[in-house]
Amino acid sequence: MSSEHKEISIAEFFEKNKHILGYSNPSKALITCVREAVDNSLDACEEAGILPDILVKITKVSENTFRIVVEDNGPGIDREHVPRVFGKLLYGSRFHAIKQSRGQQGIGISSAVLYAQITTGKPAVVTSKVEGGKAYRFEIMIDTKKNEPEILREEDVEWYSPHGTRIELEVRGSYVRERKQSVLEYLKETSVVNPHAKITFISPDGEVFEFDRVSDVPPEPPKEIKPHPHGIEIGTLMAMLKTTKARDLKNFLKSEFVRVGDKISEEILQKAGLSPDLTPSQLTREDAERLVNAFRETDLLPPPIDCLSPIGSQLIMKSLMQEYSPEFVYAVTRKPKVHSGHPFLVEAGIAYGGSLKEDKVSVLRFANKIPLLYQQSGCALTQAIVSVNWKNYGLQQSKSELPVAPMVILVHVASTNVPYVSESKEAVATVPEIIDEAKLALQECGRKLKEYLDRKVSIQKKKKKEEELMRILPLLAEKISEVVEKEMVDPEKVIARIMGKVYVSRAVNGNKAVVEISNFSNSRKRLRIYEMCDGGINGNRTAKWDVEINPGETERIEYEFSGRHVNSRPLVEGIEKELVAGAEVVNYEYGEEST
Amino acid sequence: MNMEKKALESLLSIAESIYNQLKNGEIPEIKISTRTKYNIEFNEESEVWVYGDRTSTRTAKTLKGAYMMLRMAYVMGFIKDQLRINKSSTLRELYYISENWGLAKFDDQSDSDRLIEDLEILTAFQREHFHIRPEEDGATVIGPVRIREETRRGVREIHCQEDVGEGGYQIPVNVDKLEFVDHDAKFVIAIETGGMRDRLVENGFDEKFDAIIVHLKGQPARSTRRLLKRLNTELNLPVVVFTDGDPWSYRIYASVAYGSIKSAHLSEYLATPSAMFVGIRPTDIVKYKLPSDKLTEQDIKALNAILTDPRFDTDFWKTEVKLQLDLKKKSEQQALAKYGLDYVTDVYLPERLTELGVLKA
Repeated sequence: MSSEHKEISIAEFFEKNKHILGYSNPSKALITCVREAVDNSLDACEEAGILPDILVKITKVSENTFRIVVEDNGPGIDREHVPRVFGKLLYGSRFHAIKQSRGQQGIGISSAVLYAQITTGKPAVVTSKVEGGKAYRFEIMIDTKKNEPEILREEDVEWYSPHGTRIELEVRGSYVRERKQSVLEYLKETSVVNPHAKITFISPDGEVFEFDRVSDVPPEPPKEIKPHPHGIEIGTLMAMLKTTKARDLKNFLKSEFVRVGDKISEEILQKAGLSPDLTPSQLTREDAERLVNAFRETDLLPPPIDCLSPIGSQLIMKSLMQEYSPEFVYAVTRKPKVHSGHPFLVEAGIAYGGSLKEDKVSVLRFANKIPLLYQQSGCALTQAIVSVNWKNYGLQQSKSELPVAPMVILVHVASTNVPYVSESKEAVATVPEIIDEAKLALQECGRKLKEYLDRKVSIQKKKKKEEELMRILPLLAEKISEVVEKEMVDPEKVIARIMGKVYVSRAVNGNKAVVEISNFSNSRKRLRIYEMCDGGINGNRTAKWDVEINPGETERIEYEFSGRHVNSRPLVEGIEKELVAGAEVVNYEYGEEST
Repeated sequence: MNMEKKALESLLSIAESIYNQLKNGEIPEIKISTRTKYNIEFNEESEVWVYGDRTSTRTAKTLKGAYMMLRMAYVMGFIKDQLRINKSSTLRELYYISENWGLAKFDDQSDSDRLIEDLEILTAFQREHFHIRPEEDGATVIGPVRIREETRRGVREIHCQEDVGEGGYQIPVNVDKLEFVDHDAKFVIAIETGGMRDRLVENGFDEKFDAIIVHLKGQPARSTRRLLKRLNTELNLPVVVFTDGDPWSYRIYASVAYGSIKSAHLSEYLATPSAMFVGIRPTDIVKYKLPSDKLTEQDIKALNAILTDPRFDTDFWKTEVKLQLDLKKKSEQQALAKYGLDYVTDVYLPERLTELGVLKA
């Protein structure tokens, strides 16, 4: 029996269990490889404060083999780190750091390298260059027995880029087009939540898709923080106790945790019944447990939030606007909250109508700026969306389903520790705090949407009413003139009065003319009147008058003229065409000074 | 013809006012009496209910008002043409004619009927003066009265018992053109339902009691009400109204006796204030143990509306309506058949008419 027990390396384990990390089928595997590389690029650029410019190119090698190239303008990777970053699983700079990042476990890109190696036998080709240095190229495989990189080739190369990293992988996969779960969709969604990134994608069909940046400001890189006492697991705590440099328990708490100062550490220790002078490494499991319980019983400030890097409501709106050209867009960034000691925050945005025509809501889910393409129904963010009563906001919705509307709903959760349902980062676990926050964010978006829709309806109604009145009143004038057998009466002034416009009329009597300007609107108006006569007005061919007129008032201009009027109706300037009746609106330069 | 000319002048003065408002750049508006039960008041002199001082303003500022005025302009033009060539048309024809009026076309005949009533109110003339007739619904008269009618075949004299069949004499549209020649009647009985009218005719009620039987056919047409009014005022005959025992029937009685809310502007011409209510009364349901039906929700609503209707603001009606609300029952005229087919003519009506003083004891 015992002969069958042997140690398996993580790489070997993964080799047999690819599905765990998102390589369960050929199309998904292709997306996952691209995603791991792009996530790394984005993270690296963000940390270095560089505006990302990422090229993704996929070419077809054979029926079911594809070559993936992902190239970025990031800071590059130090030569000595390259083999381990790409050739060893669970190697990473971020595993122990508490801050928001796309990668968390250090599995990502090396798993893609391993997947390529397993399915095609080809090594990963990595080119990198650090600013000021030379470019170097590695061909790397992973020794799965040892979980160590195996360098097949290493050479210096010439590279046009001042700095950056390029990875080439050949993998078995399948390329899907125009589906919710595709490389294109992943990149599109990635660009929505990374508005500072420029992503160019060349598809196997040779098509080029460009996702331009809508922001030239790189996001503030998240700061690293120490663990928060709420939510720390006992095992983690015991490991920290063993390795700390603090000489006594009180200092341990103060130096290894966030939000713990003198007073709080004393309070915790008193609750735990432990002496502040104890040496951390000597604490027993029972002591550690008492400490965890004491943590729970102590009120603490939530963790600081500069470890989070939200997209920001403004940028979400801009991105949605650019990507979907909707008629209405709104986004909310909530204040950070805490779940199990981990700070998190939720952002939500909606894009409605415009070029979104189909009545099917698209859901864009993101965690730490990574698009989540799979397991939509099992995701806390989806649950939050369907738990909102969208009927309150003027949309149709069946119970526990997505609303029916030409709409995109975006939800982003950012956290130092996103509770994914699985390692493949496909869905967020149903943590009540996260669902509540998402719901509040969505409800705010919903309220704004309702305001917009209501306003739209009332404007449409008013416009429709106006159009109808404009048809009825001339007919009324015509018929009533016919019935009383008098000359046709002009309804224009009445229409102007009803519609709240400025009405201008000219009455001529011999060589005298009177121009009347009535302001039926509800604001003060400034405008200029022009009249032209071939025989002259007060000595000139053209005369002008500046008029300022209060709501409800009528101004009169009287003048003498000779000859005939050149302009059939008075000309006015400095006022919008829609606001005037009875006159021609012209535009010289007067409009600029009138506000 | 003189009347028609005056009516037309009055009509054109309304058109004139709209025209002038438009000409002055004012938003056209028309004030018209509010046509609700809250705006009818009792006229002491004529003893009928007429419109009070409340008016509502229709203005072209609103779509509804603008449409109303547009349609009014078309209707005025139509009436003007019609009077000029001395033609007439029915309310229904007018509604169909409006099909050709584009935006001014009516959506529903009730809208065009209502507009004609508006014009009656505004001009104080009747639609007959505009040559707009109702659809004749053929209410009938049977009884000892001889009338003279101008027909298209010349002047005819008709005795409403001897010269007519069981169906009776059919009331024409323009009752004012009838002349009463002579009569042997002692009173007029107006009956809501056809079944009861036939019962009385079959039992020879008109001959036995010298009664003129008028069939109301539900809510009576103007011509029927006008005829009752003329029989009452010109021949000095008392008028009694015999209906079912439910809120809709009380309204039928009210429109005969007090005038209707819809045409309160014509009350003085149409209403017979001295008309008496014979039944069926809620107290009859108890007294005669009449077969009954349960009040529906609409019945209850209508009864409660009657309690706030100024026309029914008398002790008699308050007591009866409240009793009915307590009973939660209503009965039909023909429920009296419970006691046999002759009971109504032999017992119920003689008893009641004696009580009312119409028959001498």
